[in-house]
Amino acid sequence: MILSVNGQEHTVDVSPDIPLLWVLRDTLGLTGTKFGCGMALCGACTVHLDGNAIRSCVTPVSAAVGKKIITIEGLSPDGSHPLQKAWIAEEVPQCGYCQSGQILSAAVLLAENPHPSDADIDDSLSGNLCRCGTYQRIRRAIHRAAQMMAEGGAR
Amino acid sequence: MNETRSMNRRNFLKTGAVLSGGLIIGFYLPRIGRPSEAAPPSTSTFAPNAFIRIGTDDSVTILVNKSEMGQGVYTSLPMMVAEELEADWSKVRIESAPVAPAYNHTVFGIQMTGGSTSVWSSWEQLRKAGATARTLLIAAAAQTWGVREETCRAENGEVIHMPSGQRLSYGALASRAATLSVPSQVTLKDPKDFKLIGKPVKRLDTPEKTNGKAIFGIDVKVPGMLTAVVARPPVFGGKVKSFNADKAKAVPGVKAVVEIDFGVAVVADGFWSARQGRDALEIVWEEGPLATFDSQKQREQYAELAKQPGTVARKDGDAAAAMGGAVKKLEAIYEVPYLAHATMEPLNCVADVRPDGCDIWTGTQFQTMDRDAAARDAGLKPEQVRLHTTLLGGGFGRRAVPDSHFVREAVQISKAVKTPVKVLWTREDDIHGGYYRPMWYDRISAGLDANGHPIAWAHTIVGQSILAGTPFEQAMVKNGIDGTSVEGAVDLPYEIPNVYVDLHSPKMGVPVLWWRSVGHSHTAFVVESFIDELAHAAGKDPYEFRRTLLSYHPRHKAALELAAEKAGWGGPLPEGHGRGIAVHESFKSFVAQVAEVSVSKEGKIKVHRVVCAIDCGPVVNPDTVQAQMESGIVFGLTAALYGEITFEKGRVQQSNFHDYEMLRIEEMPVIEVHLVPSTEAMGGVGEPGVPPIAPAVANAVFAITGRRIRKLPIRAEDLKKV
Repeated sequence: MILSVNGQEHTVDVSPDIPLLWVLRDTLGLTGTKFGCGMALCGACTVHLDGNAIRSCVTPVSAAVGKKIITIEGLSPDGSHPLQKAWIAEEVPQCGYCQSGQILSAAVLLAENPHPSDADIDDSLSGNLCRCGTYQRIRRAIHRAAQMMAEGGAR
Repeated sequence: MNETRSMNRRNFLKTGAVLSGGLIIGFYLPRIGRPSEAAPPSTSTFAPNAFIRIGTDDSVTILVNKSEMGQGVYTSLPMMVAEELEADWSKVRIESAPVAPAYNHTVFGIQMTGGSTSVWSSWEQLRKAGATARTLLIAAAAQTWGVREETCRAENGEVIHMPSGQRLSYGALASRAATLSVPSQVTLKDPKDFKLIGKPVKRLDTPEKTNGKAIFGIDVKVPGMLTAVVARPPVFGGKVKSFNADKAKAVPGVKAVVEIDFGVAVVADGFWSARQGRDALEIVWEEGPLATFDSQKQREQYAELAKQPGTVARKDGDAAAAMGGAVKKLEAIYEVPYLAHATMEPLNCVADVRPDGCDIWTGTQFQTMDRDAAARDAGLKPEQVRLHTTLLGGGFGRRAVPDSHFVREAVQISKAVKTPVKVLWTREDDIHGGYYRPMWYDRISAGLDANGHPIAWAHTIVGQSILAGTPFEQAMVKNGIDGTSVEGAVDLPYEIPNVYVDLHSPKMGVPVLWWRSVGHSHTAFVVESFIDELAHAAGKDPYEFRRTLLSYHPRHKAALELAAEKAGWGGPLPEGHGRGIAVHESFKSFVAQVAEVSVSKEGKIKVHRVVCAIDCGPVVNPDTVQAQMESGIVFGLTAALYGEITFEKGRVQQSNFHDYEMLRIEEMPVIEVHLVPSTEAMGGVGEPGVPPIAPAVANAVFAITGRRIRKLPIRAEDLKKV
């Protein structure tokens, strides 16, 4: 099976029904994508599949073949995506475990809606749990990133 | 406490002196050398004590002996060192400390993180460590230049000779500084000269937490490592009677199936194979005495106990007699359930047990105990075990386990299969896995005099001791009272002449543990809800009622007043909204919260805004304090609205986030945090934000609906308009 992850092609020899999450983590060593629930309930495993935010813990690897997979490691080459900068500026992470998923969900939101309201943010990130309670800062960081992108600080 | 602290200070300086005698690197684990996670210094290093290394390349490495679980210690503790060291903050990098006595908690005497103690318990120790290094660097510069030390000062990673303006960087001075004797006395900076402490310094760990590079325990990979998933008994106290592993071994990728003390482990080339293998196991369990355990029956048992006298935890005056003379009497039952910590990162541990040594990688809050437990199971000496502390994807107490069970599992499996093994828990394993915040049942009563002033207070608490059966029991359970069961109740701050608190600690067999804010997570709800009941019974404003009873507790009072002022207590509110207030001391900090709430026709609660005031004494990083208040409020609100673990036929009824729910972003209130300016003793911030929120919300619900919440979680069906 050939997977396109963060712009690179990888040949993997795995069973087609293994969830994409475990191929990313255990086979390809991309551990930025996290395991939280295994049932698409928490969003820690969120990655982009052809630009959509999907839960890799319930997505069979076979469903990702021929599509572009982006993980947190590939969101930007050097951590310079406006969302990553905004996350730092707003001091969002605490334990940090859920933040890859939060950022990737937010990236899809901003790609589709460059000026989201709080309600838009809530809708898009409702599936991403944060046990440390960083939600208020997540909202602020998304607004900040949206502003940076509008001002030309885009990727 | 003073004695303990000065004792530790002596030990600390002694350690420093030994190090300066030439043994610089690798001192903490002399038998097996430097821990592998420590980056080998490219150049020689100045290591005046266990916390600081300065390279000749100007690098400043600060070893942090506390676990980073989100509370910001990887920034706040280095700030304390760097402040006194006069380091160039942009050059500071941190490393997690290995396990060694030099890194023991200054109060608890073992290496651990918990009890919201990291900052205040390290305050003197770490500033001294920084000041010691600074003093030596200045001495080295003075020697180099042949001038008096008094004519030199340190600033931003350099020593400056004031009369001439000459400068030498710390890196240039490191080699000479390493040859000097550590002074027994150093001068700490005047707080007015602080450059870092008290400022909202950005966290050092944020970039790696936004680009996927942060390494949690679950992310550790070592050569040859296999992954294990463990089948544990479906009922607490159960055991394996027999098992058939044939089908499990037939699953592709499965390498071994081994029985350990904790159940049956399936070891495979990755998580997915291991989990498939576990699903295929056929195990006959000996379920044991809890096979019929049931939450409803437990509740009935607790209700009976609450009617009987327990062990007395506080007795002021004669509450029973005073109650007889009261004009108005109130009595209520309060209940809270078992709660799981549900850290976002499921429990995990990597162990590599070899005949002559063992390495452990895990996100733990209990390094010394885990290291020692690993040594026992591996059949090694503690000094043959190297424990590497990774980042923790949440702790909340769940990674501070006195029996080290999640570490011992990995050690036992690695020993059996003779390869490095990562044990990974699923979310279901976590929710089913015990070590819960205990379920509590409280009977509480009070009497008011003719002026509405409370004259009697009697509080009976029923629930399991989290310390019973642990190594902490002997030291921390006194006269039959587990202090963590009654904290927040025996220290009732309100001015009431007759107070009686007693405790029943039934043994139930359900593993229980500290859960962020420990006893306060329960007692604050009971005490702050019931005091609200008294206020309403007295016909008084709940804020004013509290205030008049806090004359002798100025820190409670100041936090309460600040929260009320900032929340606009008594001011207008949107239609259908109500306010509730609560104040509580925990972990040496004082927190008041005002919650603004509405309740839908369907009984659904919406918390719109929470105004929080905290007095935690002098602040190291105000942004961290703010973040921890936000975090504690969400944690406590999640429990108040959703948290509940129940049992039927010995089995836990919840399993994952669909039935053990977490607060989601659309439910996030606006949180405003205000710091009470304070020069009082330092307190903690990791936990004290949790206790007041449940009663503040419940009191707000009463203000809107007239319905008193006495049982958590709050049920929509109880608040539905009929």
